[in-house]
Amino acid sequence: MTFFLETLLGGLLAGTMYSLVAIGFVLIYKASGVFNFAQGAMLLFAALTFVSLQEQGLPFALALLLTVVVMAIGAIVIERTVLRPLVNRSQITLFMATLGLSFVIEGLAQGLMGAQVRALDLGIDDVPVFLGEVMVSQFDLVAAATAALLVAVLALLFNSTRIGVSLRAVADDTRAALSIGINLNRIWQIVWAVAGIVGLVAGLLWGARQGVQFSLSLVVLKALPVLIIGGFTSIGGAIVGGLIVGAAENLAEVYIGAHIGGGITPWFAYVLALVFLYIRPAGLFGERAIERV
Amino acid sequence: MSIAENILEVRDISLSFKGVKAIDALSFAVRRGEICALIGPNGAGKSSLLNILNGVYRPDAGEVVFEAEHFQRIQPLEAARRGIGRTFQNNALFKKMSVIDNLLTGLSRHAQSGFLAQSLGLPGARREARQFREQAEGILEFLELQPWRDVAVGSLAYGLQKRVELGRALIAGPRLLLLDEPMAGMNAAEKQEMSRFIADVNRDLGTTVVLIEHDIQVVMGLSGHVVVLDYGRKVGDGTPAEVQANPEVIAAYLGTVH
Amino acid sequence: MTTLSHSLPAAHDSAPVELLRRRLPWGLLALLAVAFGLVPWLGNDYWLNAILIPFLVLSLAGLGLNLLTGYTGQTSVGAAGFMAVGAFATYGLLLRVPGLPLPLALVGGGLIAAGVGFLFGIPSNRIKGFYLMVTTLAAQFFLEWVFTKFPWFYNYASSGTISAPRLELLGHDLHSPLGRYLLVLGSVVLLTWVAVNLVRSQIGRNWMAIRDMDTAAAVIGIPVDRYKRLAFAVSSFYLGVAGALWAFAYLGTASAGSFDINRSFQILFIIIIGGMGSIAGNFVGAAFISLLPLLLNQAGQWLLGGNVDAGQLQNLQKIIFGVLIIWFLVKEPEGLIRLLSNLRERLAIWPLRF
Repeated sequence: MTFFLETLLGGLLAGTMYSLVAIGFVLIYKASGVFNFAQGAMLLFAALTFVSLQEQGLPFALALLLTVVVMAIGAIVIERTVLRPLVNRSQITLFMATLGLSFVIEGLAQGLMGAQVRALDLGIDDVPVFLGEVMVSQFDLVAAATAALLVAVLALLFNSTRIGVSLRAVADDTRAALSIGINLNRIWQIVWAVAGIVGLVAGLLWGARQGVQFSLSLVVLKALPVLIIGGFTSIGGAIVGGLIVGAAENLAEVYIGAHIGGGITPWFAYVLALVFLYIRPAGLFGERAIERV
Repeated sequence: MSIAENILEVRDISLSFKGVKAIDALSFAVRRGEICALIGPNGAGKSSLLNILNGVYRPDAGEVVFEAEHFQRIQPLEAARRGIGRTFQNNALFKKMSVIDNLLTGLSRHAQSGFLAQSLGLPGARREARQFREQAEGILEFLELQPWRDVAVGSLAYGLQKRVELGRALIAGPRLLLLDEPMAGMNAAEKQEMSRFIADVNRDLGTTVVLIEHDIQVVMGLSGHVVVLDYGRKVGDGTPAEVQANPEVIAAYLGTVH
Repeated sequence: MTTLSHSLPAAHDSAPVELLRRRLPWGLLALLAVAFGLVPWLGNDYWLNAILIPFLVLSLAGLGLNLLTGYTGQTSVGAAGFMAVGAFATYGLLLRVPGLPLPLALVGGGLIAAGVGFLFGIPSNRIKGFYLMVTTLAAQFFLEWVFTKFPWFYNYASSGTISAPRLELLGHDLHSPLGRYLLVLGSVVLLTWVAVNLVRSQIGRNWMAIRDMDTAAAVIGIPVDRYKRLAFAVSSFYLGVAGALWAFAYLGTASAGSFDINRSFQILFIIIIGGMGSIAGNFVGAAFISLLPLLLNQAGQWLLGGNVDAGQLQNLQKIIFGVLIIWFLVKEPEGLIRLLSNLRERLAIWPLRF
């Protein structure tokens, strides 16, 4: 029983990391209808930038601030060169464009800052902590707390600032938002910048775990099933989806994978997502659109 | 009797979207060979009704009787197979395909040759393709669409697109044709032309037509049977003259300026 | 029931139209003559091995994906997974069915891939567009895992790799670069001809109708679900054959890793750059995607005199591909093939401008 709880809890905590990545997607999807495949590349870029700045001897806070500035500039460039020219095009087209974008960002990140694995120390020890009988990683706990904090900040931002209100207006009804004079391009820039910052936080946490390296950009592939389960339009869904995927993956690897050769995590989340898709085609929290003809 | 005479009967059909009633216990019958017009203000439930008739929407209650067969819900594919043709209010054409290819898609349900025959270009498939093409050329000529045969439909003017859509429904040889505002956005001359096409189809082929139209002049000239809807309810049903004399209809629809 | 051809005036001018469509495509014939006649004489091993064979196989894979994505509108990012099925199935057939001729093994591998594609296409009746893409990603990862985890598929080789047990046709050994080139060329020409037949047939029109508007397709009587699954199966057949050729005629030795998600992206890029919904576009796209790295390499050597960092070159290549993808999506969604045909039209009227 303890073992089961440990597996479950470990999975849930790992799941908060998935949630963190998925939140970046949801933000962008809500505001601009784009499934941003480049989110993983942005995450890599942010983490690499931060590490490179730190290597130059910059203190933590300054490196963080500068990285945020870089991500904001990146968001403006992306909005100008990719989103604006592709406005009103199909979702699949936009998706493919972000696939291209991910290549550009990955190429830039590795071209400018190198491809070797960088160590990143956030000063959190990865030591086991006991909750009663159940053992969990301290690092996982801190990561989960950070994720929770970030979500709280985002919620505050959206519910009580002017920008947040405009953003929700855009997400609810783009045309109506335009008609009351909301600057859509500005909103996109802000949202992509915020998604970049969420990516930075996720990148730092993942990077501290497994080193800052190219494979960070692959978390995008982990986030997709999370989004399918939670729905593309709900931050709450992204959180719950992440937790479900994390827990299910861990449990499946231990209890199912052992019988069929192991290593099933790369695809198990997808199969889970497919099952969810078949039962609830718009995710757990996504709203289903009525097809009009 | 009624089986032979009525090609279509709508019985107590109701439909609602998220609790809002679009159609409320609606019943009427369409006689074989007639042109029946559905009129009523925007939001009266006319398009929703057509969507129920060919299976795009599922009604909450009631049934549709087509050719003496009763349906709680008919699937779109099944409707097409049984000979219900349809055009849409906002054109549902295949935009990247040419005019003639759009027409040819209408023949899908008549296609006989199998996968191997078509992929290897066997004689049977070629013969069928040639025959289909001849049929499509016939429609092009009838609807005077030849100049645009190989043009992508998406680049055509709206009125022409409406004509292509009519052709696509027509080529399958439907028994019942559902036309959703076939003359929307047309000028007087174009409307007249379209009316002529519809009347010709009805007279020469005996195709029963149910159409939605806002232009009362056109409706009165074209159809022998008018059903008036208002807020999902039927407020009038009869010949154009009867309907025009009905006070409830005048209040609901004809009285308002359009 | 009266049909329209009886009561409406019959078409008189359909015969000349047919004739016009049947005129001989001289350009194509010349190209085939060069490919079959001239290249075997002139091409050296490097050209055959490193350029022509991969180019042809990638064209075939692009064609397979294009049937599904460009013609039927079902976006797939799992192309390489189905290529893997074709490769491993062909290998299994050659290994375990003694005396099975190579062409039959290839067709058999393709058919097995088609079956797997059909299975992964089943959700397409409920899941659309973007969400369906997830199905194909699932296929990609699942298939990669299957061909890594179950040694039966690679005959328990400790390396986890497969290579063709035999490569011969009617007693001729096809191991030489020329032999493999002719095998690939023959397969590609044959399958391209079939694809052209398909997209011009009622099946092809049904696919395009589903792509352009699936609700309307159902309303006019096209069995949408069935044709989507058919597209998955046919597409996977092509990808399967391409996968087998990639493994045995190009790489020689392959593993599940030869068909990873990056290969899937590569195939997707071929059709975006070449042209969605175009047969010739696959060849243009594949040529582009296989020649660009070579050109970049050459340019790098020429500019920097041999001091090229392979890693940086790869990064640069990535950036260029990414920019091109975005550029094509923004400026020319119909791809290079549209650019080429525009150019041809302009060249045709160019002399008249003076």
